Amino acid sequence: MNFSIIIYIIGRILQFEGAFLLLPAFTGLIYGEFEDALVYFLTALLCFVVGFIMGRKKITHKELYAREGFACVALSWITMGAFGALPFVFTGDIPRYIDALFETISGFTTTGASILNNVEALSHANLFWRSFTHWIGGMGVFVFMMAILPMLGASSFNLMKAESPGPSVDKLVPKLKNSAKILYFIYIGMTILEIICLLICRLPLFETLCTTFGTVGTGGFGILNSSLSAYSPAIQNVVTVFMILSGINYTAYFCLLMKEFKQAFAMEEVRWYLIIILVSVGIITWNITPMYDNVGTSLRHAFFQVGSIITTTGFMTTDFNLWPELSKNILVILMFIGACAGSTGGGMKISRLIILFKAVKKELSTMIHPRMVRKIRLDGHVIANETLRSVNVYISVYFMILFISLLLISLDEFGFTTNFTAVIATLNNIGPGLDMVGPTQNFSIFSSFSKCVLIFDMLVGRLELFPVLILFMPSCWKKY
Amino acid sequence: MNIIVVGCGKVGRTLVEQLSTQNHNLVIIDEREEKINKVTDEIDAKGIIGNGVSNQVLLEAGIKQAHLLIAVTGSDEQNLLCCVIAKKTGRCKTIARVRNPIYFDDISFIREELGLSMIINPELTCANEIARLFQFPSAVKIETFSKGRIELLHFNITADCGLNNLELMHVRSKFNSDVLVCMVKRDDELIIPRGDFVFREGDVAAIVSTPANASAFFKKIGINTNRINTVMLIGAGTLSYYLARRLLSVGIQTKILDMDPVRCEQISEQLPKATVICGDVTDQKVLLQEGLPAVNGFAALTGLDEENILLSLYAKSVSQAKCVTKINRTSFSSVLSGIHLDTITYPILLTADTISKFVRSMDASPNSNVENLYQLEGGLAEALEFYIKEESAVTGVPLGKLKLKKNVLVCCITRGRQFIIPRGHDELQVGDLVIVVTRSGIHDISDILEK
Repeated sequence: MNFSIIIYIIGRILQFEGAFLLLPAFTGLIYGEFEDALVYFLTALLCFVVGFIMGRKKITHKELYAREGFACVALSWITMGAFGALPFVFTGDIPRYIDALFETISGFTTTGASILNNVEALSHANLFWRSFTHWIGGMGVFVFMMAILPMLGASSFNLMKAESPGPSVDKLVPKLKNSAKILYFIYIGMTILEIICLLICRLPLFETLCTTFGTVGTGGFGILNSSLSAYSPAIQNVVTVFMILSGINYTAYFCLLMKEFKQAFAMEEVRWYLIIILVSVGIITWNITPMYDNVGTSLRHAFFQVGSIITTTGFMTTDFNLWPELSKNILVILMFIGACAGSTGGGMKISRLIILFKAVKKELSTMIHPRMVRKIRLDGHVIANETLRSVNVYISVYFMILFISLLLISLDEFGFTTNFTAVIATLNNIGPGLDMVGPTQNFSIFSSFSKCVLIFDMLVGRLELFPVLILFMPSCWKKY
Repeated sequence: MNIIVVGCGKVGRTLVEQLSTQNHNLVIIDEREEKINKVTDEIDAKGIIGNGVSNQVLLEAGIKQAHLLIAVTGSDEQNLLCCVIAKKTGRCKTIARVRNPIYFDDISFIREELGLSMIINPELTCANEIARLFQFPSAVKIETFSKGRIELLHFNITADCGLNNLELMHVRSKFNSDVLVCMVKRDDELIIPRGDFVFREGDVAAIVSTPANASAFFKKIGINTNRINTVMLIGAGTLSYYLARRLLSVGIQTKILDMDPVRCEQISEQLPKATVICGDVTDQKVLLQEGLPAVNGFAALTGLDEENILLSLYAKSVSQAKCVTKINRTSFSSVLSGIHLDTITYPILLTADTISKFVRSMDASPNSNVENLYQLEGGLAEALEFYIKEESAVTGVPLGKLKLKKNVLVCCITRGRQFIIPRGHDELQVGDLVIVVTRSGIHDISDILEK
């Protein structure tokens, strides 16, 4: 492993984090929380100094192969979480470091699972930082770095591959830097659009910002204990729309920007994504209507919850833990499915499932016609055996991690539903689960050990398993 | 510039590598996924898997926005068809690689009728370079400028050479010739020499001059400039065909050896004047029998790099011949400079260079056009020829008064039929052809100035 370049890159990432930390510092100044502002300024300074020291050493080798790419992304995310958690501890809002780390990693990985019993007690600076981590983690800090810094050599593609979700990562345009810029352009565009829409719905600016960060990053930290259920139906509907939009593959938006409408609407993944949403909303609306005054209300709640779960955001407008079993089970299945590849959402990703279903279909057909030759296609393109193999491995490893985590946190002796949904809610970066980790509850009940397991699950889920797992391979750490 | 490269073989890859250093938007197309993945892992380019002849694939690659399409797949016909389709779909310029000798005589007809900007034939380019070396055997390598009127000649400094242990500033006075030493390679280092530079045995020096002046200069410094009259070529491939054809046309006796009887018959049909020998070329007896010690030109042009190197080393050991070795793999060039082969030619680099030159000249610059471009010593330096179109900061001012960048040398000015080795009082004028040797990237003649 080429350590010098990894240290250099992590140093750079820390400097970025330092810059990001200035935003909550200014928020603190605006709201008169001077002590908190000072804490954020000092943490930012610490990030700058450590980042500067790490970035100062001369890079001996510039090679950045796949393993460096993977390891570097995983280590950077861990470092970001470790430093990002400090202000929560120093301001005293979350006194225990492990809790602060859980909250921060949950933010960066856009999970939105909280250990706070009373969110409203946090200062504005802390609330802002908590939500802003979603926005940074949504599109990814490496993509951001690539958009504004000069290239570290062409092999930086390995970094983007490690951070971007989906079975195969493609550049939108020939230049990596320009691809990264386009992604952030769309991301920022979507953010601004939602801010405007929410402001029109008369939501105060601070709440608008925090809610928007949580939505477009598909995070899900609310700034009220009741998440979004206290807001007006109009606001809830706006958030529903933007959550669903954020779960769409960004390639589709790029095609729209390029005026290639046919190509955008022909994307199989986006079509299935919308079909799954509509079918789920239909069934749930029918199922929960008896609980609410009229069909309109139940439709609104069904839409919001389905959008929130499938995009792995994790906001809520009503306690779906009280819904009938059918609806709850649909939501659990949606938790597994997740959003589109190439979006800000988590989960297994629709394109992986499409490929998997097609592979199963092909397998069955070859049983009927043993000599049949057929290729699996997605959007008309043949899926390479490499991709197919990586999808299969991904799914197996995914379930392996799921069951091992389940076993480990069962030490805390909570019920099966609680444990199971806690693991899938973190592994898929959703946030709320069911029962004792349901939408109105939180993760503070777990022991420190379980929290560590869940932190690991969140990181593994966001970075799509392998970048984190590679750190456990001893041969990854060998020098050349 | 948006450039699409179709075909990701050795040439395609080398080309993409060269172009990627110049800030172009590159898209590569190939049918082999593993080739695409390998390139996109290492180079900042977008890869598309598919056949470049397909319009769909070209559209996906963004042919509508492309400025240039370069087709370098293994098949001539595929390259031509790809260019024609690209031309009709987008409005880009096109370059095709066509190397089958069948098309040789019709090449300009094909180029014009199909509307291609350039057809590149690596074997032919390479054959021309080797032929030039055989006509000027004292040089290790020759690059030509101004349509062949000016040459950049690289030659070895040997113990008995007149330049050995001489200071550069005394060269002109001692030999009284109009040549300019623009570059010296010592060990692995590249030097743009100053007046106090002292030549040493083992250096490879490069001079800029006209062929006649260079010839006279070599005589004065005591380098043998005997003409070559018998040449032995190993391998009867396309390159050998083009080379033999050219050598025979200037009256050099040419002997071609190959193991494959079919190829031998073919080449003997095409070149009645050549002596074609069918036999095991790796057998020393065969080579000795065919008079290897007596030839004064030898070229190893088989398809195997290892075989070519061994053959050349053997030829050097038994004869005084000027040896040329063809090497396909470019990645080991640093190792090869350690063993003393006379001249190594890389057809792939030549092709990539020719195309890069075209790309540079497409980058329309306001003041000047790049007419010629050569990568020297594996890209350590470049020699560029500019045509000065308009007045700018560099024109009309004596060179001595311009603040030039370090590592930039203005080697030569061609004004009409006049050829000037520039001194401090000379100045650049509109209409001049200027040759510049540099170690930093230059795109326009005004880039030679310190910013």
